[in-house]
Amino acid sequence: MPTVTIKDPEVNLELAKELGLLEEEYKRILDILGRIPTYSELGIFSVMWSEHCSYKNSISQIKTLPRSGGKLLVSAGEENAGLVDIGDGMAVAFKIESHNHPSAVEPYQGAATGVGGILRDIFTMGARPIASLNSLRFGIIENSTEQQIERTKYLFKNVVKGIGDYGNCFGVPTISGEVYFDECYQDNPLVNAMAVGIVKHGNVASATAKGVGNPVFIVGSSTGKDGIHGATFASEEISEKSESKRPSVQVGDPFTEKLLLEATLEAIRSGVVVGIQDMGAAGITCSTCEMSAKGECGMEINLDLVPLRDENMSAYEIMLSESQERMLVVVEKGKEKQAEEIFHKWDLNCIEVGKVIEEKNIKVHYRGKLEADVPAFELVLGGGAPVYKRETKLPDYFNYTKNFDSSKIKEPKNYNDILLNLLSSPNITNKKWVYEQYDTQVRTNTILMPGGDASVVRIKGTKKGLSLKTDCNGRYVYLDPYKGGVIAVCESARNVVCTGATPLAITNCLNFGNPYNPEVYYQFSEAIRGIGDACRKLNTPVTGGNVSFYNQSQEYAVFPTPVIGMLGLIEDVDNLMTSNFKSEGDVIFVLGQNKGEVGGSEYLKLMHNLIKGNAPDIIIDEEINLQKSVLELIDRGFIKSAHDISEGGIAVAIAECCIIGRNNSIGCEISYDYEFRQDIDLFSETQSRIIVSASAENSDKISEICKLHNVPFKKIGVTGGTNIKINKEICVALDSAAEAYYKKLDKIMTAK
Amino acid sequence: MNAKVGVVVFPGSNCDHDAYHVFKEIIKADTKFLWHKEGSIGDRNIIILPGGFSYGDYLRCGAISRFSNIMQDVVRFADNGGIVIGICNGFQILCESGLLPGALLRNVNLKFVCKTVSLKVENNKSIFTSNYGIKEDIEIPIAHGEGNYFCDEDTLTDLVSNNQILFRYNDNPNGSISDIAGIQNKKRNVLGMMPHPERVSDSSLGNTDGLKLLKSVAESVM
Repeated sequence: MPTVTIKDPEVNLELAKELGLLEEEYKRILDILGRIPTYSELGIFSVMWSEHCSYKNSISQIKTLPRSGGKLLVSAGEENAGLVDIGDGMAVAFKIESHNHPSAVEPYQGAATGVGGILRDIFTMGARPIASLNSLRFGIIENSTEQQIERTKYLFKNVVKGIGDYGNCFGVPTISGEVYFDECYQDNPLVNAMAVGIVKHGNVASATAKGVGNPVFIVGSSTGKDGIHGATFASEEISEKSESKRPSVQVGDPFTEKLLLEATLEAIRSGVVVGIQDMGAAGITCSTCEMSAKGECGMEINLDLVPLRDENMSAYEIMLSESQERMLVVVEKGKEKQAEEIFHKWDLNCIEVGKVIEEKNIKVHYRGKLEADVPAFELVLGGGAPVYKRETKLPDYFNYTKNFDSSKIKEPKNYNDILLNLLSSPNITNKKWVYEQYDTQVRTNTILMPGGDASVVRIKGTKKGLSLKTDCNGRYVYLDPYKGGVIAVCESARNVVCTGATPLAITNCLNFGNPYNPEVYYQFSEAIRGIGDACRKLNTPVTGGNVSFYNQSQEYAVFPTPVIGMLGLIEDVDNLMTSNFKSEGDVIFVLGQNKGEVGGSEYLKLMHNLIKGNAPDIIIDEEINLQKSVLELIDRGFIKSAHDISEGGIAVAIAECCIIGRNNSIGCEISYDYEFRQDIDLFSETQSRIIVSASAENSDKISEICKLHNVPFKKIGVTGGTNIKINKEICVALDSAAEAYYKKLDKIMTAK
Repeated sequence: MNAKVGVVVFPGSNCDHDAYHVFKEIIKADTKFLWHKEGSIGDRNIIILPGGFSYGDYLRCGAISRFSNIMQDVVRFADNGGIVIGICNGFQILCESGLLPGALLRNVNLKFVCKTVSLKVENNKSIFTSNYGIKEDIEIPIAHGEGNYFCDEDTLTDLVSNNQILFRYNDNPNGSISDIAGIQNKKRNVLGMMPHPERVSDSSLGNTDGLKLLKSVAESVM
């Protein structure tokens, strides 16, 4: 059949710049090759050296994080996802990744393919995904212009639907997440997806090409023109022009992904696979380069053999397509037929497109022409990809934000109203509108559903459970990037501790603005310093993750938002702890010491419309003591509930303890002496505090264990009744609190 | 005769392992997966069509699965009085295959919904519901985007007069006609239901309201 001849454009500096390369980078390409690159080669360099693939502006900072040790089986960055030992010969693979830019222009597909991409990262290692989580940020959703609200609702609705439709069809429970709304995310929402899988130690697959002469297969979907240059798109700012980048967004097919999952796991177990990597950003280019560079070999591939959706594709387009649901597999020579049988059983393509070669180059043939011949090592992170350390500068906005005196804010009169307002604040209110659209139970492992501090999946055949949580308060990081980074780690650890889990390791998704802005780079490097310090002390190494820069519109950057995905292990799920009060007449304790901090709090924003002050203080050693004491209280069966104090302070946390049980709401009577002005005391977001409840006879045990770990504690009240009573200021009926807490998001989303 | 359970695996089934787990590990029945390309159910005497998204459900749910090899034999088996249970996507496939009347439309609010709902047992004189009390309220989760049961007036009259309606929603979550959550065929050997009994059959998940159903079926062939 005759086809249209596609003529490649002339390669020069101007074209290189158009593809996102810097002049110095183009010069390096000329040096490396000793000639002018072909159009396909230029495309390959431009995506491999894009921020998204090369981490060129972030890697110098990321290397300061603790990336090995603890229970890690592979160091961060070595494989597609981190791998953590959980005993019994099993390991957990988990990772979080951003899909912010695609979601900004095409929220449904952007979010769906974000989920698809991260799931592939997990099962390409041989692990079966058992849980999916997400962390979302959007613009304003109430009390603003109709235009702003409508855009936020459009993005929010479609992102949630995209995540749900993909995960639900694929068959992984979406069990936990967080959603925040703030003006800074108006143009540039954040959509971070996390996936968690389990694998037996012997079944782990590696993303390494090995064995000269071994055949290279493409399996899964055919390659189309979707997602071309997605990685480059992800490496620039959102602007009016971004709308035209919609074709850079991939289209997801969760059904094919489900088949690919089953076929991939079967292939890995059968022993035919030498190495395997999913095709995400930069598609065939990235997978061939990275697998070769890691195996210190090369690959020769023939694009004529690649199954295409569109016959009229150039080599450039095939190499850069980000069509989803594809994998690159190096199969052991002689086992080709066995591999084909497995993928054909699942009705998937399985096409031999090339072989592993000794020469350490990627050689790409197409229509009788050598389209590319480039050294794999020079293209990849850790190899020849550029590394930059950008300038930092103390942000000017600190002059504004640090000029804050909490005693000057107006003291409120009606505390009941404030509590109800906080409970119905879009940032605090229960997110069932979101998670009821997710299948939270498929695979029948979810033993703690969304809505509490963290969610928990059991591991069948063992007594173990995994407690999972994503967390980041971008306001704190904005006000103090270092402390904000520390808090993100400590709070996510505290969340899993409240379910009875020991924090094991984290994955992170670092969402920041333009790294060429020194203030943004200051936020970035300081936040990483905070995350590193916290992870070292908590002994929760960083298993990997993702950096997403350029999250900004022309006017402003998003709050620096380093989202932490925390993995905790419960040795015996019979010890699972939950956050709601369990029975009447129990005693209520608060562990930890209030420092009267409303800087960056939800109270300050909601009631006084200010994002100012200092982020709450955090002392990691105090945090560790707190977590140790709560874990001991849980293990020894002394407490009935544990709940972290976070947004909205102690007042909101107590209300949540009363109503999180839904049909089994229990009131309380709290009485203690204020240490600060009433509003500041009640709504302070001081860190390292947990509310626990227990039978009265265990009061002494609680005191004893807290003293042992040097944790301040205070008995503040008892459970019972149908009201939430806190000192003289607050008396709210459980029904009213539940109405505010559970119905607000439904109301917003159904309002015309 | 002992229960020999066959859980059909279509491409895109994703509750197949869940149903298998309950029959195999909790009820301790002889349980096997049946691949959709197989032309026979072999020696199985209970067939489960599990939840999920067979063939992606990009077309009408269940519309493609009914043409699979295995379904030809499942229809023969059911016509001969064999026990077949379709859960969620399985219910949709049963309607498409003509083993049960009616159809499942998109939920009225057009959204996928996953939550635990309260059901009323409308008839406890079936092999599927004999372990429940009449009008007993039970809690079973749903997880579907197209669970809005619909049939014409005559069919509904038939369903009622033949006591084919086994479960009704106490608080209708999807717009189903007459609050229908699960029905059996006239011969009383085929059950289709949108809620997932296999999700509430393991005590370590808290609630075991679904186990009574699956157990009574396994016991019915003993």
